[in-house]
Amino acid sequence: MKEILIISGKGGTGKTTLTASVAKYMSKKVICDADVDAADMFLLMKPEIKKKMAFKGKSVAIINNELCTSCDLCRKRCRFDAIDVVDGNYTINPYSCDGCTLCTLVCPANAIKMEQMTVGEWYVSQTEYGKMVHAKLFPGAENSGNLVTMVKRQAHMLAEEENAEFVIVDGPPGIGCPVTSALSGANIAIIVTEPTFSGIHDLERVYETAIHFKTTVWIVINKYDLNLKNSEKIEKFASEKGIDVVKKIPFSKCIIDSVVRGEIPADNCPELRVVVENLINNF
Amino acid sequence: MKIAVASGKGGTGKTIVSTSLALAVSDAVYVDMDVEEPNGAIFIKPEISKEIRFTVPIPEFYEDKCIFCRKCEQACVYNAISIIPQTKKILFFEELCHNCGVCKYVCPVEQAIIEKPKSIGTIRIGEKAQLKFIDGILDLGIASAVPLLSGMKKYIPNGDMVIVDSPPGASCPVVEVVKDSDFVLMVTEPTPFGLNDLEIALGIVKEMKKPHAIIVNKHESNNSLARTFAKERGEKIIMEIPFEREIAENYAKGIPLSNNEYKEQFLKLIDNIKEGKI
Repeated sequence: MKEILIISGKGGTGKTTLTASVAKYMSKKVICDADVDAADMFLLMKPEIKKKMAFKGKSVAIINNELCTSCDLCRKRCRFDAIDVVDGNYTINPYSCDGCTLCTLVCPANAIKMEQMTVGEWYVSQTEYGKMVHAKLFPGAENSGNLVTMVKRQAHMLAEEENAEFVIVDGPPGIGCPVTSALSGANIAIIVTEPTFSGIHDLERVYETAIHFKTTVWIVINKYDLNLKNSEKIEKFASEKGIDVVKKIPFSKCIIDSVVRGEIPADNCPELRVVVENLINNF
Repeated sequence: MKIAVASGKGGTGKTIVSTSLALAVSDAVYVDMDVEEPNGAIFIKPEISKEIRFTVPIPEFYEDKCIFCRKCEQACVYNAISIIPQTKKILFFEELCHNCGVCKYVCPVEQAIIEKPKSIGTIRIGEKAQLKFIDGILDLGIASAVPLLSGMKKYIPNGDMVIVDSPPGASCPVVEVVKDSDFVLMVTEPTPFGLNDLEIALGIVKEMKKPHAIIVNKHESNNSLARTFAKERGEKIIMEIPFEREIAENYAKGIPLSNNEYKEQFLKLIDNIKEGKI
């Protein structure tokens, strides 16, 4: 079984659009949306949820104000600036709390307890194009590499059951923990970039992150004709790094209009379809 | 006053809005807190006068002092420590460590755990004419941006007009930035993706009770998705930036929205926010 991961570094380069298009046209696959922070693939794949599970995240500290003696030790010790005095009461901001438990250890009054939070949900769904594993992280929750790992693991298990040959994963943007969680176990990472200075800058950073995992890297330059000089720079970067699969998609009104209508753009736009078919033949 | 420019979805135009806004005001502070992929400098083109390596405390373990009681291993919720008493070995997984200080706190032996500074990124300070510039660049392979974000705040001068480019998404790093802002500008694009992510990001901003308004980027006259979205939720759209190939081509070359028409719009926007009209 092979895992194909699509990432981007910079957001908004067309990662989800490409993933949905590739996912529809490839055979024997399980689809996985691991961009749990901004999970949008469902808008194109229109999944019917078959199984829904709670995702338990970190524990956060809670102060019992009846026991609290306002000694201020916890606030002084907390390295995450998570403890404030609100209306005279010591209070923990659950968004800032990292769950380290230090405050529970330093509290002389035993007034602080840890409580585990449900921070998201994950789903196994049926789509017209195959089974899909996806998730939703609740707003403000920890930017969770754990949830990424969880949906990927579920997708792999499902692929085993279904005798699928591929798991196709829509990855998170950036270079942080969610991305490294997504890269772990991926056979091919397709980086979707654009010929802008921002796009190139971010491509270089996410490339460096990807090669740590010894993943094969491919590049897709979206909107390549927006700036041909920058596109040439990306192609030069690819050839210097020995990346042999580099595909280009033009700036296309058709693709944007399809996404606005909630349709899979590769159905309507031949300029994208040809790239999709080409990538699939290389898998 | 501190205005955060946030988005939910990446690539909606957060950086172009925040840099254009800062350049229009000119006598302001621009802070790029999108530290995983900081691109503000591409548009502002500041002269950097100072670079600070930002560090967090990370424990070092001394096997010659350790009594292998395993208290640190049990207390570490991130599973960053493995103690093997049989062979008197300590395994420390640095990339799992959140620098919380629990291991040192629970350690009964003096000098068995000593915290040392570890670099996780760079904070740069500079200027472009009147505009002050600050950005943060997270080192590759560092899991969490939050300590760097909270560290950057110390370098933001008080009292000025501060415009902050936030990280994308709707999780911890965004909360870290939004929590001490006075106003949040939410940049979206009128697509189902943009609006779905906006809805999630709005959830945070509303829960934190922050005054906010929406800027629609890549607006087209025949696309009313964003307007309908805002109307249904009682949200306010205060600016629409048209979908134009020219803007996209300029963006590709690192040119923000700098003509007089936009400059005036941005200045008016700031005045309205200051006067509480939005």
